[in-house]
Amino acid sequence: MNGVLDVIAGACLVVGALLSLSAGVALMRFPDLLSRMHAATKPQVLGLLLVLIGCALRLREAVDITTLLLVAVFQMATAPVAAHMIGRAGYRAGLAREDLLVSDELRDADDKR
Amino acid sequence: MSGGRWRDRCVAALGLTVIWVLLWGSFTPLTVVGGLVVAVITLIVFPLPPVTYAGRIHPLGLLRFVTRFLRDMVMASAQVASLAFRFGHVPRSAVIAVPLRCPSDLGLTLTAEALSLVPGSLIVDADRKRGVLYVHVLGVESPDDAEKFRQDVLDLESRIIQAFGSPAERRVIKEVPA
Repeated sequence: MNGVLDVIAGACLVVGALLSLSAGVALMRFPDLLSRMHAATKPQVLGLLLVLIGCALRLREAVDITTLLLVAVFQMATAPVAAHMIGRAGYRAGLAREDLLVSDELRDADDKR
Repeated sequence: MSGGRWRDRCVAALGLTVIWVLLWGSFTPLTVVGGLVVAVITLIVFPLPPVTYAGRIHPLGLLRFVTRFLRDMVMASAQVASLAFRFGHVPRSAVIAVPLRCPSDLGLTLTAEALSLVPGSLIVDADRKRGVLYVHVLGVESPDDAEKFRQDVLDLESRIIQAFGSPAERRVIKEVPA
């Protein structure tokens, strides 16, 4: 039983680490600030959750699992807020590359106001 | 002060106490009472703005929302990850305005949070008065994709309302076509 849990934990840790790696690569490769925000906030959320699940399966102590749970809850509650604040500030500062946007309905709405 | 306000405060105090106990990692009378004291003091010093919440949680709708949310998150994470490794390809994107059908504060916030956690979409701005979310979507190549995504957001909103909404909001969701 413990062997099976260890294998699942290992798989979770490896997949989580790979997702975090992809987030890092995307951060380097994506062309503008808004695209990079996707990479900085997203694959990394699932990556972190998988790493936490992997840790929980290995540690198996109530004390550790409650702490991991808190990490997950706070990460999921704060990541969107941070992404929104940076994205909004970046957009308003004109850092979104317009040549990469298929359509920009926020600019249209701003123009009307 | 109305009863609803007191209910909100009790829920907030309870939530803070649970976090306190989880942080200590042990469930003893000392941590529970200590947590309650800290929670009450926190709420007195930093009062929360009133949240108008007329709904209740619908277990079946919640289950449907959570399973679909997890599925979306896994699929979209894989999508963004694969986009990261497609060398020589510059991903295009779009900023899409999505007018929500039930723009209560809570509905707007929950939809924005859920959207932000799923890869590929990012809230650039929110118009609280008119209930419009401006979403930056990664990997949009054509206006058709943008239209499809707008529909996805409205579907997400209706799942959230089915899980948390008030009877009036649920009626609106059923009547107004997405």
